[in-house]
Amino acid sequence: MIALLLRDLRLAVRAGGGFGLGLAFFLIVVTLVPFGVGPEGDVLSRIATGVLWLGALLACLLSLDRIFALDFEDGSLDLLATAPVPLEGVVSIKALAHWITTGLPLVLAAPVFGVLLHLPGPAYFWLVVSLILGTPALSVLGAFGAALTVGLKRGGLLLSLLVLPLYVPTLIFGAELVKRGASGMDTQMPLLMLAGITAATIAVVPFASAAAIRVNLR
Amino acid sequence: MSIWEYANPVKFMKTSSFLLPWVTGLAVVCLAVGLYWGFFLTPEAENFKQSVKVIYVHVPSAMMAINIWAMMLVTSLIWLIRRHHVSALAAKAAAPIGLVMTFIALVTGAIWGQPMWGTWWEWDPRLTSFLILFLFYLGYIALWEAIDNPDTAADLTGVLCLVGSVFAILSRYAVNFWNQGLHQGATLSLDKEENISDIYWFPLLLCIAGFILFFVALVLLRTRTEIRARRLKALEQRERMA
Repeated sequence: MIALLLRDLRLAVRAGGGFGLGLAFFLIVVTLVPFGVGPEGDVLSRIATGVLWLGALLACLLSLDRIFALDFEDGSLDLLATAPVPLEGVVSIKALAHWITTGLPLVLAAPVFGVLLHLPGPAYFWLVVSLILGTPALSVLGAFGAALTVGLKRGGLLLSLLVLPLYVPTLIFGAELVKRGASGMDTQMPLLMLAGITAATIAVVPFASAAAIRVNLR
Repeated sequence: MSIWEYANPVKFMKTSSFLLPWVTGLAVVCLAVGLYWGFFLTPEAENFKQSVKVIYVHVPSAMMAINIWAMMLVTSLIWLIRRHHVSALAAKAAAPIGLVMTFIALVTGAIWGQPMWGTWWEWDPRLTSFLILFLFYLGYIALWEAIDNPDTAADLTGVLCLVGSVFAILSRYAVNFWNQGLHQGATLSLDKEENISDIYWFPLLLCIAGFILFFVALVLLRTRTEIRARRLKALEQRERMA
């Protein structure tokens, strides 16, 4: 499984440029927002958390179809499915690789981009916490969507239609956590909910993804 | 005699062709009487004026929007566990009806909300969760349409329906927590003292019954169409093989 993880990471870094693409997309979204809503600092700082969360979400979405598509085309997914490692494990590892190549850079870059949007001071810590807790769920759910659409010729648009509604709870609690943290309110409830949703997603959704892949490989 | 006999398409076709005119007729009667009673024979409610009459479309369609998803969940489970094709086709047949019901609930809600709350749209928990439900229906239908192989499509949409149900419910409560609502509390529950008064309650019940029957009729009809389409496909395939 570790070999698979390393292989996926190596592929992501060396081939296709998927590694930096999400980050660049995130930067562009953050750059475009002030053009849309105006450069006033107080407006920007009020919507900064929402924009950063949405940007992270969309950047994450961008690279989802690559999780399984390439392996499906060249047949290595069939080999992985017949390998001694359970397919659920393969799916989880692939989601992990996706998180390391997309989610983690987003988490690290978000505070820097927060400066561009005049994010208020105490929000930085909570932004990083909420993204660290939330983005793994985004990757795992995205892997589920990718598994559903892996056999389709043009699954990209359908993928976002399927996956984005699943992101609603994570987004709500993630943004709420930052909002509460920034204004000094009690953060325990959204923090626990966000962590709980992520943990449950990681625990359960790979089984659904593996089932979908088995159907698609039939 | 068990319910599984209806998993046989021939048996299903036979029973449904007998049931269909009855259910349709009953639905038409219930809807016609219920809506006429509701629209023209009930007094205007205090504070509500004429706008209260939207309730006769709004409440039943909203109920159906949720219950159709529940029905799709059950039929998807039956398909995934016991692999009865009729069940999968019924889920497929129900989805567009659910989408339209959600849409009707949203639109009538907006029409009602305008005079009552002074706004067409508000990010109220129920409105928001209906919008999310609408998106789930869209994704489900789009996935059905996108996949050629019917068995693969049934499997994948079944899995999507299961995961989607969990997340739809989760979203419902997450949204609740995210914003306070404008909607009133329950007014139709059976165990509560404080329901809406009987003059509105009876025509509303009739309308709900009418919507349910209407839905059953549509599902039967659409499932029959799906079964026939599937047969046609099989015949064409056999032709090509020969």
